[in-house]
Amino acid sequence: MKHAPHPALAAGAHPFPHPHLLGIAGLQPWEMRFLLDEAEQWVEYNRGSQRDDHRLAGLTQINAFFENSTRTLLSFEIAGKRLGADVVNLGVSGSSVKKGETLLDTALTLGAMHPDLIVIRHGSSGAVQLIAEKLGCPVLNAGDGRHEHPTQALLDALTIRRRKGRIEGLTVAICGDILHSRVARSNFQLLGSLGARVRVVAPPTLLPANVEQLGVESFTDMDAGLKGADVVMMLRLQTERMDGAYVPSTREYFRFYGLTEARLAHAASDVLVMHPGPMNRGVEIDGSIADDLVRSAVTEQVEMGVAVRMACLDVLTRTRRGVKGWPEVPK
Amino acid sequence: MTPLYLKGGRVVCPATGHDAVANVLLADRVVIGIGDAPPPADAEVVECAGRVVAPGLIDCGVFRAEPKACHAGGITRIVLMPDQQPPLDDPALVAFTQAMGKPGVWVHPLVAATRGLAGHELAEIGLAREAGAVGVATGRGAIPSTAVMHRLLSYARAFDMVVVTHAEDAALTHGAVATEGDYATRLGLPAAPAFAESLAIMRDLRLAEATGARLHIRQVTTGEGLALVRAARARGVRVTAGITPAHWLLNETAQAGFRSFARLSPPLRDDGDRRAVAAGLADGTISIIASGHDPRSQEGKRLPYADAEPGMAGAETLLALALSLVREGALGLREVLGMMTAQPAALFGLPGGSLSPGSPADLMVFDEAAPWRIDGSRFAGAGNTPFDGLPVAGRVHLTIKGGEAVWRI
Repeated sequence: MKHAPHPALAAGAHPFPHPHLLGIAGLQPWEMRFLLDEAEQWVEYNRGSQRDDHRLAGLTQINAFFENSTRTLLSFEIAGKRLGADVVNLGVSGSSVKKGETLLDTALTLGAMHPDLIVIRHGSSGAVQLIAEKLGCPVLNAGDGRHEHPTQALLDALTIRRRKGRIEGLTVAICGDILHSRVARSNFQLLGSLGARVRVVAPPTLLPANVEQLGVESFTDMDAGLKGADVVMMLRLQTERMDGAYVPSTREYFRFYGLTEARLAHAASDVLVMHPGPMNRGVEIDGSIADDLVRSAVTEQVEMGVAVRMACLDVLTRTRRGVKGWPEVPK
Repeated sequence: MTPLYLKGGRVVCPATGHDAVANVLLADRVVIGIGDAPPPADAEVVECAGRVVAPGLIDCGVFRAEPKACHAGGITRIVLMPDQQPPLDDPALVAFTQAMGKPGVWVHPLVAATRGLAGHELAEIGLAREAGAVGVATGRGAIPSTAVMHRLLSYARAFDMVVVTHAEDAALTHGAVATEGDYATRLGLPAAPAFAESLAIMRDLRLAEATGARLHIRQVTTGEGLALVRAARARGVRVTAGITPAHWLLNETAQAGFRSFARLSPPLRDDGDRRAVAAGLADGTISIIASGHDPRSQEGKRLPYADAEPGMAGAETLLALALSLVREGALGLREVLGMMTAQPAALFGLPGGSLSPGSPADLMVFDEAAPWRIDGSRFAGAGNTPFDGLPVAGRVHLTIKGGEAVWRI
């Protein structure tokens, strides 16, 4: 499948002058839009029966996941394989990190095998950047601690843009465990840069300090936070945070911060409900809302995830594949 | 031993108030005198014109004794933290440690306040004092239990030993690696509020006031904490405050890019607190400047920010960074040197820190204006400094310990 060159590329500018994708921070709005535009073609492609574009054939993609993951890992694996890459997964249980090897030694070991792209998830903020500094190949952040999860934010933006036709001017309420969420941090920056008004809704114990400085409006009352929202993005509440440490109990949380029909009535009538998954039905979201095909975009988000990741894998390896017009990017 | 004759330097001694061009004669490991007498025939004459001759620095609260790094930084005595392996919680360990730096650097150990620094049972601080401990320290962290801290301060009072504390509320700062605020939120780092420091200071000041004990807060890094210290001083609480250069020269933005060399304990603060620390130095609330020397290996630092060990190597940069206060006009040279010589000597009752006749011949000769660039890879010891690449001025040319030159460039 051929696609027309990006207008910015045709004009001689570099549409994505970054060696890695470590976060949304540091990207320009037109670079974010470029990735979203690139992802569009793969949505249709994935739905079709003729999937013969193996542009990453011969390239080795390592998915190094130092933190457990099912869906993100699967999404990256399918994205790589759809494009013909040789995909190798390194899970936390199979890694020598458990045997006491330092993270950088593991990184150097992986680097010595000459992969063409490494996708990394790690439980510590900044870990992916640390590894990227030591590696000679493109690195894609699949989530580092509470810091960033750029492809999740991109897939959320793509879902919103396809459903709503735009991002600019929309009111997006992100609800739940903002404090520990890398998804929220990436989304603040991405949706904010693309012109959305972002709100966060959470109990005070799950709101990070000075979150307003990041350009969002914060609410501790959910009904107020949902008022007139075009998009409601629910976040998963980790079970280990529920029993008294940050909130007193699951039932109290659901009573005040769970997404129910009654609450959702405060939002815009054509509200879009999103969740990065996996969902805790009855904790942060009522099951019937999650299953509502009109309002819920939960499965669509998963679909967009593969498309966005295919676009990122493609863009990050263009220089390496000698694609015309893709110069060496400054480190 | 050949007598040394330091000729024609600007001799600055904060303890005696001397600040004038003069000659200094050292013999038999002590200072013989300052004046304009000609050198004795058998003395080695060291030309010091254009340079400053001052007492060797006394560095309060370092975590590892590294003689080479100390000499390069003009440090001749260190007050060693009890956070060693094993912790200095036993008189025998104190006695052993005290001897380990001789003759190059004299180590004055602080005894651990509690066994194994665990914060539960008091260590034998009286016996440790007899073995050479110059004070008691809670180590890298505060003692979480108010009851234990109360007992410690009352008990230490009987021996008139200074209790050196780390001011961070243990429960609030558990797991935190940064100061709460939008910067830490952006980076996604586990953070604790800056008032975790003032909470700890409030408690310790009240306990010190109740028991009459002497308290030295090794680092006061927030405006709120300094205000508490000021107020307590005014009502007669026996408290002193210290600082390391990082907290008046850097703010939280030094953590950009997850640079683990900027992972310190307490963590770097916002710029308001940084400026408050600078003001606290200028008005004398903070009376002691130390390096906080805590060299870390590559294994300890080349980790994701939150997993990296806190601490910075500081012995070699202490003088140059402290001299920035003089250049800015915040303090005079004599005052700044006093915070690293006479003040710590007085606080812990140490010999040295003075050029009065009969004092130990511990000196340094430095060029106040000599420019250089901090380069961690060229340090004598570990190079984990958040100041890597910073241009500074002030270079030690000669360090003399017990009348012998131990460092010369």
